[in-house]
This record gives sequence, C-alpha cells and structure tokens, in this order.
Amino acid sequence: MRLPLPRSLAAYLGRGLFRFLLTMQGLGAFALITLGVMITRFGAARQVMRPRVFEEVARAGLRLLPMFLFISGALGLVVIGQTVSWLTRVGAINFLGTVMVIVVVRELGPLVTALLVLARIGTANVIELGTARAMGEVEALEALGIDPVHYLVVPRVIGMALGVFALTVYLILGALLSGYLWAFLQDVPLRPSDYFRQLAGALSGLDFALLAVKTLAFGSIIALVTCYHGLAQPLRLEEVSRATIAAVAQSVVACVLLDALFIIIYLIT
Amino acid sequence: MDQPPTRTGMPVIEMTGVAVSALRYPDTVVAAEVNWTVNAGDYWVVAGLHGSGKSDFLMLTGGLMAPQRGRYQFFGEAMPIFEEARLKERLRLGLVFDGGQLLNHLTIAENVALPLRYHHNLSKAEGATAVSKLLEYTELTPWAESASGQLGRSWQKRAGLARALALEPEVLLVDNPLAGLDPHHVRWWLGFLDQLSKGHPLMHDRPITLVVTTANFRPWKGHARQFAVLKNNGFVVLGPWGKLAAAGEELVGGAEA
Repeated sequence: MRLPLPRSLAAYLGRGLFRFLLTMQGLGAFALITLGVMITRFGAARQVMRPRVFEEVARAGLRLLPMFLFISGALGLVVIGQTVSWLTRVGAINFLGTVMVIVVVRELGPLVTALLVLARIGTANVIELGTARAMGEVEALEALGIDPVHYLVVPRVIGMALGVFALTVYLILGALLSGYLWAFLQDVPLRPSDYFRQLAGALSGLDFALLAVKTLAFGSIIALVTCYHGLAQPLRLEEVSRATIAAVAQSVVACVLLDALFIIIYLIT
Repeated sequence: MDQPPTRTGMPVIEMTGVAVSALRYPDTVVAAEVNWTVNAGDYWVVAGLHGSGKSDFLMLTGGLMAPQRGRYQFFGEAMPIFEEARLKERLRLGLVFDGGQLLNHLTIAENVALPLRYHHNLSKAEGATAVSKLLEYTELTPWAESASGQLGRSWQKRAGLARALALEPEVLLVDNPLAGLDPHHVRWWLGFLDQLSKGHPLMHDRPITLVVTTANFRPWKGHARQFAVLKNNGFVVLGPWGKLAAAGEELVGGAEA
C-alpha cells in the first residue's frame, strides 16, 4: 500500500525505522522457519530434493564459472597487476602478500562474488518465486501437501551458500594467478616462488575458516532475502518488479553489514 | 494410502457455522454462515456467479486456509491441517485448481509425478508406471515431456486433474472445470468425473466423493447428485436437480462461463 508523503523529517525517519523493523522481523521469522524446515525435514523426499539441490548448486555455482573466470582475470589486472607494479616502484614489494590477502582474499573476493551471484541468480529467484506465487503455484504445492519452504527455499539456500563459497575460491585463485601474469607482462622483477611465498606467509588458518563462514553466510543471506521477497507475501504480477528491487537493495545492505562484522572479527583476532 | 476404506454415506466434510474469507483479502467474508455436510460417495456441484467466492470456498474446503469462524472437520479431523503428523489425513483430499496451477519449471509428466515422488520418495523410474497411466487416462501422453506453459489452458486443467489424482484421494475438489472449454472438453470432463464418482480404474474402481464449483448448473444435470449455491454472501444447499427449478435458480441455463 502506498502511503502519503510524510509531513516532517521525524515522520519520515519514523516511517523508515518502522519499515526497517518490520522487514527485519519478517526476514528473521522467515530465516527461522527455513532453518526449522531444514532440520525437521532433513532427508525427507530425498529422491526429489537431492536433484533440486544439485540443480541449484549448478545454477548458483557451476554455470557461473565462465563469468567468474573472466571477472577474476579483470580483477587480477585491476587490483593485483597494478598493486604489484606500484609496490615495486616504491620499493615495498615485501608487503605484497599482506596487501593481496587483505584486499582479495578477505574483502573483494567474497563481496564481489556475493554481489555478482545476487545480480545473476538472486534477482532471478525473486522473479521466479514472485511469479510462482502470483500464479498460485505455492497454493498448488500446499494443496499437494508439499511444504513450499522445503521444496522451493531450502534447495536455493543450500545451492547459493555452496555456490558463493565455491565461486569465491575460484575467483580468488583466478585473480591471484592473473594478477601475477599482468605483473609479469609489466616486467616486474618478482619471481613466482617469491610471490606465492609471500601470499602463503600472509595467510593464516583463520583466513580459510572465516572465508568459508563468510561466503556461506553471504550465500544464505542472499537466498533468504530474495526468497522472502518472492514468497513470503501474496504478490500480484505487477508487484514482482518492486519486490525484486527491494530484495536486491536489502541483500546488498545485509552483505555489507555482515562484511563490516567480519572486519571487526579480523581486527580483533 | 493406508487409510481404512471410506463407507458410503459416512460424513467426510462437516462445516458448522463456517465463515469463508477471501484468500487474498482475509478481512473480506465471501460466505458468512456455511452449514454443510458432504457424505462419502456424494457428487456436489456448488454454483456461484463470477466473484461470488467459489474458488475461496473451495480453497477453504481444500484446507488451504482456516475458517474465519465456525468448525470445519474433514474425516473428523479439524481443518486446516498443516502439521506433519496429520498430513496423511490431509492427503485423502485432492484439489484441482481453476487454471491447473502447474509448476512452470516442470514438464507435464514431472508435474503429475511430483506428489507421488515427494510423498513416497520415489525415483523418476519408480514413479513412471503410475504417471504414464494417469497421463494415458487424461489423454496427456503426447505432451508428457512438454513444458507446462506450452500447453493450452484446457490441457493444463487436465494435467492439474491428473496431478491431483496421483495420490488416489478419497475426496476430490474441482474448481470450475468447465470454464472456457469447448464442447469436446466439456463432454470429456463430465464423463470422466462421472466415472470417478462411480469408480474409475485409476482409483481401483473405488468411488470417490466429488465437489465441483461452476458458474452454471445446466451442464451438470444428470451428472451431479447434490447442488448448492453461493450468493449474497451466503451458502444455500438446494438438494437434488428437481429442487433447483423449484428454487428458481438463476444459475440454471445459458452457456458455461
């Protein structure tokens, strides 16, 4: 429902705050319901659900690999190639490993992957589920005694979580390799063994663990937010585009906020 | 299904003082005081003009929403049933939607197979025999591997029927099956529902209880046995065909809408 424009700044802020809280409440409830279904229906209808999960993993992971290889090449050129080149010029090449790990492994890799998966698959999620909802497919599933959250949401959450995790790993590896290639083409005096030794030295066990947690969380959040906007409320077909815009905006904000939380964790540890 | 066989004449649907709200607008009441009993083996037709709430009424009967007030029992169990533990009772009922409401990402065969495979945890191959039988009886075999969106509305409705029959329900609710169909399809539906009511080989010759909604009573003469009407935010049980004329029902006659 479209409300009249607020008449004061306080009303504007108040309305915004209320909307934010309502969205958080809805999203929180939806996430808990999904988690509950994942636990209680674990292993149920395996013959139907396993192919559904594989399909979603392929959709949010495997099929995006060519695009991610291209992006990793570009990222290598933009970030690593230039960084290596400039660090060499100022005589700070010893910091290369640290810079690479902070920029690519901890920050750019997971965030770029999450945003690209959101753009390619997250938006499709809202449109597919919103259309399915508007066309009465959710009611059809309920009439057949099939939990729509189990059938439609759970495979997407698992697929996207694993997809973002796997693609981040490929993106990081691709970017680090192509970055060296770009640096090599610029005649930077850095041997491959030195480059990889620096990278290995800057990485800790915690980086691997947090990378896994962070990417799985990014994927889950994008899947939950997009599925929530597509499914949680009855939509008419003309409302699907609005739901898609809201889902993208909220997913980006959620990922950035989560990223900020991880920065705090990195700083503490 | 492992349910005991239903005895003809035993109540399967019992509504007492039920208020039916619209599925999309829960504050709007489409039928205020429904008192209705459907016995096993009955063949009901519920008529109503466009916008009278036929689909909402059927959605409530199908257990997709709760009554706003009143009591609705299905085989003695309070409806709606959402709990996993009582799901078996819920699956004794099948629902066919007005437009079929097929899942667009699946083919016709996959749509029909879905409830069977999901509830019995069957692989595609294990469910294939039952599915091909359903497709054969509903004349959908040539389109088995077509995407559901590629089919015309008439055939999508049939696919919705095949899907609803996959779990061999004891009670079948069909929403406005004749709307927008040509005479050939109308004849097929009337004949097929008659067979279901008397006992169809697909259902192992077991008669099933039918509730059908319509905008026009006329095509159902000689087919359905009990009639009711939704009008003026109320639900009126009219009884057998003979009582319709006496009641002066405006929905008797004209073309099917």
